[in-house]
Amino acid sequence: MPEKRVRHNPVVAVVLSVLFAGLGQLYNRRYVKGILFIIIEAAFLMTFYNFLNIGLWGLITLGEIPKVDHSIFLLIQGLVSVIIIAFAAALYYFNIMDARKDALRLQRGEPFPSLIESCKNAWDKGFPYIFVAPGLVMLVFIVVLPLLFMVSLAFTDYNLYNSPPRKLLHWVGFTNFKNLVSIPIWQDTFFSVFSWTIVWTIVATTSQIALGLFLALLVNDPRIKFKRFIRTVLILPWAVPAFVTILVFAAMFNDKFGAINRDILSAFGVMIPWMNDPFWTKVALILIQTWLGFPFVFALFTGVLQSISRDWYEAADIDGASRWQKFRSITLPHVLYATAPLLIMQYAGNFNNFNIIYLFNDGGPAVRGQNAGGTDILISWVYDLTFTTNNYNMAAAISIIIGLIVSGFAIYQFRRTRSFKEEGNI
Amino acid sequence: MSRKTKSIIEVTLIYLFIAFMFVVIAYPLLWTIGMSLNPGTSLYSATLIPENASLEHYKWLFTSPQSDYLTWYKNSLLVAAANSILSVFFTALIAYAFSRYQFAGRKYGLYAFLVLQMFPSLMAMVALYILLNMLGLLDSLWGLILIYVGGQIPFNAWLVKGYFDTIPRELDEAARIDGAGHLGVFFKIMLPLAKPILAVVALFNFMAPFTDFLLPSIILRDPDKYTLALGLFNFINDKFANNFTRFAAGSILIAAPIAVVFLFLQRYLISGLTAGGTKG
Repeated sequence: MPEKRVRHNPVVAVVLSVLFAGLGQLYNRRYVKGILFIIIEAAFLMTFYNFLNIGLWGLITLGEIPKVDHSIFLLIQGLVSVIIIAFAAALYYFNIMDARKDALRLQRGEPFPSLIESCKNAWDKGFPYIFVAPGLVMLVFIVVLPLLFMVSLAFTDYNLYNSPPRKLLHWVGFTNFKNLVSIPIWQDTFFSVFSWTIVWTIVATTSQIALGLFLALLVNDPRIKFKRFIRTVLILPWAVPAFVTILVFAAMFNDKFGAINRDILSAFGVMIPWMNDPFWTKVALILIQTWLGFPFVFALFTGVLQSISRDWYEAADIDGASRWQKFRSITLPHVLYATAPLLIMQYAGNFNNFNIIYLFNDGGPAVRGQNAGGTDILISWVYDLTFTTNNYNMAAAISIIIGLIVSGFAIYQFRRTRSFKEEGNI
Repeated sequence: MSRKTKSIIEVTLIYLFIAFMFVVIAYPLLWTIGMSLNPGTSLYSATLIPENASLEHYKWLFTSPQSDYLTWYKNSLLVAAANSILSVFFTALIAYAFSRYQFAGRKYGLYAFLVLQMFPSLMAMVALYILLNMLGLLDSLWGLILIYVGGQIPFNAWLVKGYFDTIPRELDEAARIDGAGHLGVFFKIMLPLAKPILAVVALFNFMAPFTDFLLPSIILRDPDKYTLALGLFNFINDKFANNFTRFAAGSILIAAPIAVVFLFLQRYLISGLTAGGTKG
């Protein structure tokens, strides 16, 4: 048992390892570890110092000389630097805590683990980090970094007329958001697109859920035969890739040669301008989305319906409950309780349902006095602003608004999971 | 009206409604098949039941020197296979750590997955384009694969973790007593027992590249590198009505196998989703 070293001071160890990783460990007489840490930090600084230095400078200034400094690359380098620094800070925190822990041990006179033991400890403690690391790195660079980049763009003046390398970008604060609600053309477009997005989300999703629920109840009726076959057919629209069916519908709804007008409605002597009148395009979109979306809800509800115990209904029968009462008090609560988060996800999914809007009619028809099409929802408007008119800054600002709304959906999900967490399921 | 007649009327009405739904579902699908059998490339003259049906479009796709269909098929298979294998690998690693270990950032990591899976990938595309450009991976299938694999993590890690949670911990402990380490438990207990969900993740990630046109349309430029979905989309993107019959033929060849696989697998997805949804 080593003697106690009362004069050994953990504060000194902490201060030393804040100054440079590994110094605290040396002070704790853990020479191998200390030297290892020193080498790692030195290597880190040598490799990344220039990169981080330029990155942070670029993030703050976005470049100073036009045609030499490329603001966009500097912005990305800046964000990457911030991420690297965050990782490094986490490791540094670990280094400081480690020095403190060892110093306390030394003070109390506890023995240190041998090199082999500490390797094994590191493997046990570090194992989950090793497993998470590859995925985490990919996630950070492929999902998180692009989102941060998008958020940053919303606070710059990046558009078709002001784009690198010819010109430099500048940070402009909340100007883009102010323009969105104050410049008439943006204001008009924003409010009409936003309100259609809400209507679209609510009407399309609710009708696909209602149809799915209705069909699940019908097919679940004990008197119905060939259940397996019926269910398979009803799930078909979900099984066929959506991009194919939407394009097929786009052809079928075509005003001039589409099958709907030519083969079906012509029997009644009606021609509906599906593609050229915003109102009818909206109707068509909602019909198509219902067609595409109900099978998922149907499959989901079918599974839940089969899991509701018969006892509930038998008890209700004894009490003389009507069919409607049984539905209201037994079926509906069961079904909704089990599927609520997934149904909310359906709303979130339609809120950002880019594919159908883009593939059916590219957000058209065009509307006078607006820079979005008559059926554009927020996400498809963002696409047009980005890839067609290169209004990157406005597209990014709208993306942030989408992001805030999507986070609202996510917070709802948190609550669900948190309430379950207390039951010890996580 | 007796109870029996009432019941018969009800059942008839139900069957009628289901029959109506059958028509609504089948009509567009049969119409597509009809189009693909119409000779000539124009939609104007095409009819639902072609007078002289022919397989010329299918032949054209596979044999015409102007058709890149086989190249696209090969590209799609490469992307799909790589995406499927790599996705299962990375997702299983993460799900194992999140399901069985306590570590700093675990709770917030789970929340982060929930939030991130809701953000539409479209929002990231400008940045991904620039990033791939910086890395020299633009117009490359591996760049596409990289993004697919990274992008699927939040959703699938959640799904697989939910499944891992249902595997009893007693099994891990028994294996540990028998001398298995961290890796031993992972390879000998978790992976074999989680085969069903891993198969679902593998298959869905295999099918996803066949139906995604958006990301490839931003990343890929060279028609020799197109995937099927992008190639077919470009068929009709410019001259909608003039290539529609060929598009229909090409789509059926993708949609049919996917639909069949999907019909077999959807109940696994549903059970995975409801488990993940309620268990968190």
